[in-house]
Amino acid sequence: MRMKQVCTAALALLIGPVAVFAGTISGKVTVDGPVPKQKVIDMSKEPACAKDYPATNPPKTETALEGPGNTLADVVVYVSAGANDEGTVPSQAVTLEQKGCRYIKHITALHVNQDMQIKNDDPTSHNIHPLAKANREWNKSQPPGAPPIDAKFDQAEFIPVKCNIHPWMHGYFVVLKTNHFSVTGDDGTFSIKDLPPGKYTLTAWQETLGSSQQEVTIGGAGETKTVNFTFKGKAY
Amino acid sequence: MGKLFAVVVVLIAIASAIPIVLHWYPMAPDISAHGHLIDEQMADTMVEAGFAFLAAQFILGFFVFRFADRKDPGKIRTFPGGAKVMVAAAVILVGTEVLALGILGQRAWAGQYFSPPSADAMTIQTQAGQFAFYFRYPGPDGKLGPQHPDKVNEGTQNYFGLDPQNDVESRDDVVTAELGIPVNKEIRLLMHSKDLGHSFYVRELRVQQDFVPGLDLMVHFTATKPGRYEIVCTQLCGLGHYNMKAYLNVMSQEDFNAWMKQKISEQ
Repeated sequence: MRMKQVCTAALALLIGPVAVFAGTISGKVTVDGPVPKQKVIDMSKEPACAKDYPATNPPKTETALEGPGNTLADVVVYVSAGANDEGTVPSQAVTLEQKGCRYIKHITALHVNQDMQIKNDDPTSHNIHPLAKANREWNKSQPPGAPPIDAKFDQAEFIPVKCNIHPWMHGYFVVLKTNHFSVTGDDGTFSIKDLPPGKYTLTAWQETLGSSQQEVTIGGAGETKTVNFTFKGKAY
Repeated sequence: MGKLFAVVVVLIAIASAIPIVLHWYPMAPDISAHGHLIDEQMADTMVEAGFAFLAAQFILGFFVFRFADRKDPGKIRTFPGGAKVMVAAAVILVGTEVLALGILGQRAWAGQYFSPPSADAMTIQTQAGQFAFYFRYPGPDGKLGPQHPDKVNEGTQNYFGLDPQNDVESRDDVVTAELGIPVNKEIRLLMHSKDLGHSFYVRELRVQQDFVPGLDLMVHFTATKPGRYEIVCTQLCGLGHYNMKAYLNVMSQEDFNAWMKQKISEQ
């Protein structure tokens, strides 16, 4: 009994400071140069989905989303070395929705072995086909109203995922060995929290423009470091 | 009992001919320049097969009616000349029938497959892949750029595997999800399969042609009536086969020009 209390106290002492004095890395991802044009998607094949989009605002491809000030959305920024949190799988599942014949979100980042729930909100059938290489490749169909599909990936990998019935549906499952990741929002910003002092390698990955790395050191407790990434653009 | 059976056979034969004779299920309206040849051929075949069917059923009914309830099971009569003559007569009769249909039908067939499209026909390529059709127009240069299967990328809508960075001909190619064509203009449709066997079928156009992987085939046709018609895959190709379709949009030349302008802006 006493032993258990001592252990708990010791654990609290170990974890406590980490949580309280943990550092944060935040920053912005931008692009220098052109990015591939967002092309209009013609969904006439699937009237059930086409009706979700007004003619003035047609759906478009999402391979590179440039915002104001050359910022880039949907870039995955993650701690590729130094975090040592491999194996701490978050208990809550990430959700992928299929709505209006799109993947929401276009990029889904998750931890190795973390649960993923794939839902079909459309009145039409989809099939989910992750083109995995390191993980097992699979292809499951999901009719309208079918229960969510549970998925899990046991290897770190950037997996393109597509729907064969609606070839324009395309996204990525980014399976990482760390919980310290962030996907940039529409303004291109990201923030990775709860990093204890230490030396880290930060990687930013964009599906079309590739990836780039930077070294970051969180020195003192509670320090916030700003790291900005700039990708070199390409037109195609 | 035999007489009742004979009557039932004749009644079934007549009942099954009624919907066809009265055109209860008419064919979809024909919107192509060559379609009437196909329709005439279908009608000829139907008349010929219909007569043969009814004659066979009536003769069967007659014989059953006349001889079924006989007490004496002995032989009634032999075919004049015996079995050999009967087989030879059947072969000649059926052979003539098939040959006649073939000769009558060759006009429709040859017009589609043995004669090339006219020189000013508009070239469009269609690519079938699980589970959608896409179409490619050569653009102002009139040339379709080469396809590179390794460049196929659904994410960027590069369904044809084009490499505009290196291939000049690909830069002005226009890729669409619907087949827009001007009315009364001959279309030379090149057919390419991305993965396996599919089929291009527009019933109003009276065109049905399989895609064969590795073989680039061609069909040509002229649509004569503006409208929107369904293009469906009629070769079972996988779990999404039921949903593999696109639309044929036949427009006036002005509408087509506007449509093409819109599509070019979306590339």
